[in-house]
Amino acid sequence: MVSPRSTALPVDLKNATLSSVLVEYSEHAPDQVCIYLLHSTRPALKITYAQLLARAACFAGALNQHGVKRGDVVIIILDHSQELIYAFFGAVLAGAIPAIMPFLTEKLSPVQYRSSLTALLDITRPGAMITCREFESEVEQASAGSSVSPVIIAAENINHSRCDPPDNIEGIHGDPDEIAVLQHSSGTTGLQKGVALSHRAVFNQLHSYAQSIHLDPQDVVVSWLPLYHDMGLIAGFLLPVMLGVPLVLMSPFDWVRAPHRLLKAISEYRGTLCWLPNFAYNFCALKIRESDLQDVDLSSWRAAINCSEPMYWSSHEMFLERFRPYGLREDALATCYAMAENVFAVTQGGIQSPTLIDAIDTTALTTGHAVKIDQDDSKNVKLLSAGKPLGNTSVRVVDAQGQSLPDRTVGEIAIKSNCMLTGYYNRPDLTEQAFIEGWYMSGDLGYLAGDELFITGRKKDLIIVGGKNVYPQDIEYLAGQVEGVHPGRVAAFGVYNDRAGTEDVVVITEVDSLDEQACIQIADQVRRQVTRGSDIALRHVHIVERGWLLKTSSGKVARAANREKYQTEILGNTPPSDSS
Amino acid sequence: MDNEIINSLSEYITTQILKQPNRALSTSEALISGGLVDSFSLVDLALFIEENYGVRIDDTELNADTFDTLEQLAAIIEDRR
Repeated sequence: MVSPRSTALPVDLKNATLSSVLVEYSEHAPDQVCIYLLHSTRPALKITYAQLLARAACFAGALNQHGVKRGDVVIIILDHSQELIYAFFGAVLAGAIPAIMPFLTEKLSPVQYRSSLTALLDITRPGAMITCREFESEVEQASAGSSVSPVIIAAENINHSRCDPPDNIEGIHGDPDEIAVLQHSSGTTGLQKGVALSHRAVFNQLHSYAQSIHLDPQDVVVSWLPLYHDMGLIAGFLLPVMLGVPLVLMSPFDWVRAPHRLLKAISEYRGTLCWLPNFAYNFCALKIRESDLQDVDLSSWRAAINCSEPMYWSSHEMFLERFRPYGLREDALATCYAMAENVFAVTQGGIQSPTLIDAIDTTALTTGHAVKIDQDDSKNVKLLSAGKPLGNTSVRVVDAQGQSLPDRTVGEIAIKSNCMLTGYYNRPDLTEQAFIEGWYMSGDLGYLAGDELFITGRKKDLIIVGGKNVYPQDIEYLAGQVEGVHPGRVAAFGVYNDRAGTEDVVVITEVDSLDEQACIQIADQVRRQVTRGSDIALRHVHIVERGWLLKTSSGKVARAANREKYQTEILGNTPPSDSS
Repeated sequence: MDNEIINSLSEYITTQILKQPNRALSTSEALISGGLVDSFSLVDLALFIEENYGVRIDDTELNADTFDTLEQLAAIIEDRR
């Protein structure tokens, strides 16, 4: 159970900054536990607001000593740990702009990782980087190859015994319109976009989103999401910590190896809110042993919020079926549509009323019309509503000319709110392209039915796998480096796998000779190259003869067309794969 | 070394995880650090082993430090059977 707490939801959020709110909590509720940090082999670590401020102040002191100034970017590369949390708020207190980046995993190639880090440094031009000792040389090499020379600080070198009281904190004098944090979308070389968010945008989002989900001081948030991801950073970190709601936090590394630990944590801490990408519903439903669920009671869980990749009714159904015997309530199943550019949530569904399900005609949908059809009709597809826009966010569905489309007509989703990004950091060109007359063009496709938003697809070729955005051009570039593969004769795309609840990444590549042994070898190398270069596991690698891939009139590989050809020609001939 | 265990693990990995039934897997090939078995498939592998050999590989052991090859994995299974 979480410790009893007295604090009501805070403070005036109007002119708040991340620093001012942290300082306010540590003055008014110093002993309140804000984070229960779970560990797979040790007891949970309880972090109070006073401790969070004190430990973060040590990082802030070190940053200031190293000459980091207000407004400098601080890149943080740390494993999921208490140091990551302190380093983040340390950068905040120093008046700097924290940007959490993924840690190098064992399967990722250090060379690829380093080169994408170098590219990131060239764009963000950070004043400092915080990492761990073990990783220091990696970061130093990446920095040496870049045009900047940030201070590199190992978290272990921060002295926590001799820190000045945080009474003269630079960040406390921050202006709400200054940039508070950089959030990086996925993508490797050159495609990294740092979404710059102001304090005001963050708190406007938190304020509106708290209303949408009816956040209450008695709520308890449980999360396994990484903090370099917008859902993890906002819903699974800043929302609870900045609004005085306890957070039970576990590492994504632990969750993927032991998904039952999440449900145990919800049961033990009487968790009420937990955000999950769609694949996690399938993953939990299919991969948890019955014996690991003894005494698990999920009745406290009031909202299981599906967000950050396409949502499927079948995933909800599978999850409910499996965990209803453990107290999971049907009305807990909720949905959300979010993007880093709006800080996080755009719409929220299923909180006070059940998530709407729209049974529509698949044939009509191909021409852009969401026509209601009988649920028993074989032509129906059941779409989950993403809910209604947040109070501060307007949503329109528009055609190619930017004109609003009528209800139930599919178009691009455009957004306007008081919590939009300040811009893509140091990329004014990309920022300008993203807006049309003040509306942010999401690249996602969907339709409105009344004020409920349904997402049907996306304009861009983006692949979303396990909640992570993957650019096909990154995968194609990596595959093209394999000997025997011609750059430009590779197509990468996602195909939905209903067992896994997310997309499988497929690579098709043309080769000169279809010798079986050579093909197996090339497929193997493509798989390895892509995994080591992008941390994405390929589910299917298909080697085809020259001329198989369809191209656009300008000679580029047409991904959507090749995806269709793959589904009819390759999947059509073999039974659908059973990826798990 | 128990060939039966190695063969059955190898078949499971090539057919169910890699979807390349014709692929040969050597006993010393790096499964985890080589990117063949991704983190999402590690639980499947552990469940497969538990069902077929009654051996539980704990979640804290699902990493390249504990095992990275068929040989090492088979040795753990034999040891605990």
